[in-house]
Amino acid sequence: MARGQSAALDRKKLMADPIMVTTIVVLITFLTLFILYPLAILLVDSFVGDGKFGLSIFKRIFAMPSFTRAITNTLKVGFLVGILSALIGLLFAYVEVYVRMNKFVGGLFKVVSMLPVVSPPFVLSLSMIMLFGKAGIITRFLLHIYDNNVYGFWGIVVVQTLTFFPVCYMMLKGLLKNIDPSLEEAARDMGAGRWKVFADVTLPLMLPGLGNAFLVTFIESIADFANPMLIGGSYDTLATTIYLQITGAYDKAGAAAMAVVLLCITLAMFAVQKYYLEAKTAATLTGKASRGRMLIEDKSVKIPLTIFCSLAAAFVIMMYICVPIGALFPTWGYKFFPLTGKWFNQVFTRYHGFKAFKDSFVLSFISAPITALLSMIISYLVVKRKFKSKGFIEAVSMLAMAVPGTVLGVGYIRGFSGGIFHTGFLQGIYGTGLILVIVFVVRSLPTGTRSGISALRQIDKSIEESAYDMGADSFKVFMTVTLPLIKDSFLSGLVTAFVRSITAISAIILLVTPSYLLITVQINEFAEKGAYSLACAFATILIIITYSAVLLMNLFIKHFGTSKTMKED
Amino acid sequence: MAKVKKGVRLEHISKIYNDPKTGKEFYAVKDTSLVIEPGSFVTLLGPSGCGKTTTLRMIAGFESPDEGEIYLGDEPINELTPNKRDTAMVFQSYALLPHYNVFDNVAYGLKLRKVPKDEIKERVMKILDLVELTGMEGRMTNQLSGGQQQRVALARALVIEPSVLLFDEPLSNLDAKLRVTMRTEIRRIQQEVGITAIYVTHDQSEAMALSDNIIIMSKGVVAQMGTPQEIYYHPVNEFVADFIGEANFLKGPMTGRDGSFVTLNIEGNPLKVEGRDDMEKGKEYTVVLRPEAATLADAGGLPCKVVLSCFMGSYQNYHVMVGDTLVKLEEHNPKNKHIYQVGDTCCLVFDPASVHVL
Repeated sequence: MARGQSAALDRKKLMADPIMVTTIVVLITFLTLFILYPLAILLVDSFVGDGKFGLSIFKRIFAMPSFTRAITNTLKVGFLVGILSALIGLLFAYVEVYVRMNKFVGGLFKVVSMLPVVSPPFVLSLSMIMLFGKAGIITRFLLHIYDNNVYGFWGIVVVQTLTFFPVCYMMLKGLLKNIDPSLEEAARDMGAGRWKVFADVTLPLMLPGLGNAFLVTFIESIADFANPMLIGGSYDTLATTIYLQITGAYDKAGAAAMAVVLLCITLAMFAVQKYYLEAKTAATLTGKASRGRMLIEDKSVKIPLTIFCSLAAAFVIMMYICVPIGALFPTWGYKFFPLTGKWFNQVFTRYHGFKAFKDSFVLSFISAPITALLSMIISYLVVKRKFKSKGFIEAVSMLAMAVPGTVLGVGYIRGFSGGIFHTGFLQGIYGTGLILVIVFVVRSLPTGTRSGISALRQIDKSIEESAYDMGADSFKVFMTVTLPLIKDSFLSGLVTAFVRSITAISAIILLVTPSYLLITVQINEFAEKGAYSLACAFATILIIITYSAVLLMNLFIKHFGTSKTMKED
Repeated sequence: MAKVKKGVRLEHISKIYNDPKTGKEFYAVKDTSLVIEPGSFVTLLGPSGCGKTTTLRMIAGFESPDEGEIYLGDEPINELTPNKRDTAMVFQSYALLPHYNVFDNVAYGLKLRKVPKDEIKERVMKILDLVELTGMEGRMTNQLSGGQQQRVALARALVIEPSVLLFDEPLSNLDAKLRVTMRTEIRRIQQEVGITAIYVTHDQSEAMALSDNIIIMSKGVVAQMGTPQEIYYHPVNEFVADFIGEANFLKGPMTGRDGSFVTLNIEGNPLKVEGRDDMEKGKEYTVVLRPEAATLADAGGLPCKVVLSCFMGSYQNYHVMVGDTLVKLEEHNPKNKHIYQVGDTCCLVFDPASVHVL
């Protein structure tokens, strides 16, 4: 059978829509230039960096003991953090979904799930050092231990687990809610005890989901740069080793090859997660809970679980609170009273605080709407339209999710410092604010696209078709129908992009030039120097900015959101 | 409406899809040619998967044909996108824009066409009056009942004065009573406006009630096209006969001819029916007998045995065996008639001119 005619006609119809064609071309160019090309150049550099094609650079880096140690370190940390986060996340999710909690504990849970979203990624390392380090309040003042060493393997594991488990908790909560309670009731009815029900019914149903949570955390942990940087001490992971290879050893080809190794690990994990576990999770838990679940009221179960989770939650919250308080103490570890504003004062008077906030804010403020709009356009094209290069657009924007920031940073250095393919073309953007904005966009694009796609899948295809049929072209359909219908998702995408950008560090730290001061980079710098009070002051103001942005969004959605009018359907 | 009415012509249209399970290609529509006269109401009728919706979506422009050409009036429209085609579709799910009220939904197409504001208002109000929704223009669409939403969808399609109105099973989300009311409404409005309408449905009574012409589709090809009467009384094959109304099939070889009447041997009994000129002696033929066309009597006709007798209110429902063939009957107005019981032997009687030989 020949399907040439319909393909030709579809192409002609597409061509009759110049805005659509332009959009697709621009998108493909953007994705190729700023995601595929930097990764490709890393490959090229690491195979032919020294003039001839071969494995010589790989041989060289694998001969470095520091590098092979970094690989084992990274994998060890990732593995343990993945397991711990998935288990703690499961416990929290189970307690929330299955156990009757009072309002206070519920509130604690909510705060815990919210904190990692609004705070910069390495806040917990800061507070860990301040609470348990050599001059830590808990170790030194409460326990009188003077030589506690938080730096190294356990420091990273604890901090990353506390940072990432809320993500697992949110993921697993969604899955647990989808288990039809009658499955478990049936098992109970047949004589199984509560523990048996959990072991025989709930847990097996959750296994793919748990695996999924584990892998997502594993990837996050491997890609994490800031925490190992601050609290790793001499315990180097791949991300920090690559960073040092560039900034310390000036070995760009070696760093490129190391980045390729790191990328291969995350890509493999990502492939397993995306194509194997995600499908399996969806297959086992498609059902919607038909009605409410009988919550566990049994005191012997309820009290220990609630107490444990509340303590854990309180601990996490304390870690975060430690940051603003740390910024108020006159001298951390020695003098606590009277509380002082001198660090905040110094931030602005001596350390260019205003410039740092202005630069961070402006760059994030520019990139957020671009990211939000781009991800909505990509989602629209992927979900609602059919055209040849759609698969490419979808794949590349998802690929960006698996690329660690450090890898992207190295790719940009190699790809743009000498222009495209070292020809000097587009060299002008290197070192400017533009490339920082682009990095922000690329880093937040996958999350936005993912939420956009799931929002669009819920809208009946014929609504857009009807507008198209009434005479609207693609641009009109997108502006008058699609965008208004996913307003909420667009807004939250906007804020998420803003928050992610203003708290980003891993890729940006490699690309930022002295003409731009970014808050996260400043925090990192002061923390490295041991000026924790200043780092805390910077971090506090950053948290206030991100938290206000999220609050503002929630307020806006509550009053102008589409969900209100749509839900009545 | 001042516009010249346009018809639709399909010339050797095919559409190929991939089977989602096996990945193999198959014809969703195969070599279909149709002529739809200007101003007529035509229904595409068939079971699910017969290609009727695909055909409609190709006319609307959402799908592109793999073979053949579609004409609107005399203009080939294969290369036009849906927004450039002079057609308007009424969707199964209504597909109203949920963030607009009734007025804005109906006005949407006119705004896109940059019609002046005053004229938009006038035309929208006129159409809302036609579909009997005056006073509802400020409502949000989710405050309307299913029937009202359907009227808005219809108004929205009518207001842009398209050459052809397309309906994709528009009534299937309504309850049975409302379906009947709405289909009379649709027919009334189509007649008033005089627009060409193409209507997809799998509901044969809807097709009968609405259409000037019915096109029955099966497995991607047109099985028969004709007026409801032609299709009901003269189906071309068993599929059509069975799909439109209830049908009994009596099979047997032809044994003799008497003028326009022929004699067939049905389960060992001679049966005289009105035949065709091309029928040959000795060949096997199938007779289509509608349930309401026959009755039971003590003598004459084909001997049979009652296996089911069931009172349905307006009629008595019988299943009888003529030899090995099951025949279903509807004896209307049964109140003062003799009711046969299960196990009775009797005779199946009908007018030889009221059956149709395939």
